[in-house]
Amino acid sequence: MQLVLEKRAERSAVIAVASPLIAVALAVITFAILFAIMGKDPIRALYVYFVEPLTDSFTLQEIVVKATPLVMIAVGLALCYIANIWNIGAEGQFIVGAVCGSWLAVRTNGTDAGFWVLPAMLVMGTIGGALYGLIPAICRVYFGASEILTSLMLVYVANLGLDYMVRGPWRDPQGMNFPTTAAFDPAASIGTLFAGTGRMHAGSIIALVVVMLAAVLLGRMIMGFQIRLVGAAPRAARFSGFNANRLVLFTFAISGGLAGLAGIIEVAGPIGHLDPGVPSGYGFTAIIVAFLGRLNPVGILVAGLFLALTYIGGEGAQISLKVPLDLTKVFQGILLFYVLACDSLIVYRVRLLRTVRKSVPAHA
Amino acid sequence: MLDSTPAGRRSGKTPLLQTVGLTKRYGNFLANDAIDIDIWPRQIHALLGENGAGKSTLVKTVYGLIQPSEGEMRWQGEKMVLSGPAEARSRGIGMVFQHFSLFDNLTVAENVALGLDGKESFKDMSARLQEVSNVYGLPLDPKREVWQLSVGERQRIEIVRVLMQNPKFLILDEPTAVLTPQEADQLFTVLERLKAEGRAILYISHKLEEVKRLCDTATILRGGKKVATCNPRQETAASLARMMVGGEIGEVKAASGRGALAPRLVIKQLSLEPDDPHGTHLQEVSLEVCGGEILGIAGVAGNGQDELFAALSGERLAPGEGVVVIEGEAAGFRDVTERRRMGAAFVPEERLGHGTAPRMKLSENALLTGHAASSMVKKGFIDKPATLAHVDRTTKSFDVRKAKRDPEAVSLSGGNLQKFIVGREILREPGVLVVSQPTWGVDAGAAATIRQALIDLAARGSAVLVISQDLDELAEIADRIAVMFHGRLSPPLAAAEATREKLGLLMGGARPEQEVKHAIGA
Repeated sequence: MQLVLEKRAERSAVIAVASPLIAVALAVITFAILFAIMGKDPIRALYVYFVEPLTDSFTLQEIVVKATPLVMIAVGLALCYIANIWNIGAEGQFIVGAVCGSWLAVRTNGTDAGFWVLPAMLVMGTIGGALYGLIPAICRVYFGASEILTSLMLVYVANLGLDYMVRGPWRDPQGMNFPTTAAFDPAASIGTLFAGTGRMHAGSIIALVVVMLAAVLLGRMIMGFQIRLVGAAPRAARFSGFNANRLVLFTFAISGGLAGLAGIIEVAGPIGHLDPGVPSGYGFTAIIVAFLGRLNPVGILVAGLFLALTYIGGEGAQISLKVPLDLTKVFQGILLFYVLACDSLIVYRVRLLRTVRKSVPAHA
Repeated sequence: MLDSTPAGRRSGKTPLLQTVGLTKRYGNFLANDAIDIDIWPRQIHALLGENGAGKSTLVKTVYGLIQPSEGEMRWQGEKMVLSGPAEARSRGIGMVFQHFSLFDNLTVAENVALGLDGKESFKDMSARLQEVSNVYGLPLDPKREVWQLSVGERQRIEIVRVLMQNPKFLILDEPTAVLTPQEADQLFTVLERLKAEGRAILYISHKLEEVKRLCDTATILRGGKKVATCNPRQETAASLARMMVGGEIGEVKAASGRGALAPRLVIKQLSLEPDDPHGTHLQEVSLEVCGGEILGIAGVAGNGQDELFAALSGERLAPGEGVVVIEGEAAGFRDVTERRRMGAAFVPEERLGHGTAPRMKLSENALLTGHAASSMVKKGFIDKPATLAHVDRTTKSFDVRKAKRDPEAVSLSGGNLQKFIVGREILREPGVLVVSQPTWGVDAGAAATIRQALIDLAARGSAVLVISQDLDELAEIADRIAVMFHGRLSPPLAAAEATREKLGLLMGGARPEQEVKHAIGA
């Protein structure tokens, strides 16, 4: 007996939809085994992780709050990944977006500047993230540097830049020497949607709009076709007359811009000020979200909500099960592993082969 | 099964290799369906069939690269199960592949050493290599690096490498596809000699004249089944072709009344350094294609045809604006899209990955070249019905056979995909069409359709440039034929005076009198 992977004539549309679901199921089973090994009741652990957060209005809103930056960043990353362009540095673009937008909030702090502050902050955050994303793109196009390395390394640069700003020039004079800016004024903040019941804010609506725009871009527009073609068959894309370098710049600018927008929304929304704790790994988790969502905007929306659930469930589990918060990261890692593994089922099918038969069967 | 008695069978003796009911299944698809073949020593046995008939599957099974699903092989009368090519080689089965597996940056001797088991010292091996190549008249310099060698020389390395294992049975997969007629003649002499030494040879080809001349027995496959074993010398090329295709092949009819009109595609003194270090440097290539004519460019692969195609299509820009002129306008600095808008269309050699994106649907592949110069895109949005309509029209006009309305390109057979690609361009009625290897690896029926479409396009007044390695194809459709060699293009010969001999000499790099005369006359 032998297990073989056999190439399918065409990609299986059924598996393309089912593969992330299979991956989630396998990850949950593995997770349950992990709990059993740790001596916890696996059924109760899974309940705390994946069901309990859905039973309460506050935690439901928390899930949406967590999902908002994940979805927004992952949509941008998906545009890159579809074109075989590897932006790993969304975390850095997220930080730079947050810092750029915060500049205005810090400058207008305590003045009676009007309603224009928040929109201007969002625009600045987007532009900041886009420009920061363009650095690895330019290095690749003009100097042939691997964008995987440069975009990743620029995350640490962004982190240190943020550190400098909040410990130095932007430190809140009334902040008891804590490395943080002053709390943003109401004009520089995104309010909650349902005051008193939870923290859900208008940024989630922006994320929804981003998902819809990306779906239209990829499905209906020639630019989206170009992105898909460059990823699927680069030589055919060149024959088609598309400029691959321009596309590297475009996708990096878009994904950097979306990460930057997510960053400033996070700061102006749930956090309310800038401090060194702003970068919380959304830019990296969004990579999992992008793949779990099959690089499809609508899929990413679902995947983003699911990953957000694991965050909130992990916080609950920390309290009620006394397990470390890092277990959430373990789960996310297991999940990404299964997602990538299950993807091969789209192009291949698994077959059980018996060893070559000994007798020659009769034939006409 | 119409199994006529193969020539040269001696009763009472067992064949060297026998396949009995050999079957290979991929899912529901039968690549080989119960094939029986007897291979005898001292014979050259042809394996004929169209693309997809199952020739490659069969020889890969015999060489141990794939395991049969059913049936068995017998070697000198005894059952043989091969664990892999290494075991096949140790039993005395050698194979020369169509696509060479050589390292460009290593020397001839190093490449040969890599294919052997490494039991003898490099020095002994080099000496033996020299000896084998001398004995069989396959001259090779062991110290030269492969990238410096011609395709014919590279093939010699592959053959010598196999001969150094002293095989009893030798498989050659389309060995003449890359050779000039003269180089092919030299190869035949070597094969005759190997046969005289008592070895058995399995010769895969689709060149019927060659098979008639060289082979003692021929087995014909169609759709994975064996349809006949016969003596090719007693058959005509037409009767062999009928067995391969399973029906008559439409004749390509030349259109009459094609007069040379004004030039629509002109190249003036194009010189271009290659992109990659092993590419060919184009040197002062000039040509003119007039409306209403087909200009053929012959030549052995790797003599600059790919570079010329890239320069014509605009995938690489020319060094000067006026070096490429399309429809009377300088186009040297225009890119592919702009050249398409000027009325030019291009069909590259590689169907999958260059001409189409394999994993994309046909409607998206219609968009691949149609986005620039048609109404498939409106204000940045794709008009999906328009792309589907283009697929439907191509399907209808070019008889593209497919399982559903809009499948992925990779799921089509080679012939049908090529008909789609050629049809996709011709339906746009281009004023200039540049096509590279239009029928490479395509079944005979599809090839006839494609050639007819090229002739008809020229008859409607378009300028058609065909780059092809297939001299028979060029003789059939071209009005004038030029030859590429080492990045240079010979002046074109009128089709009537372009004999195989003349073209063969030019393909080998000779500078015949005509060229000198033309040069003086110019």
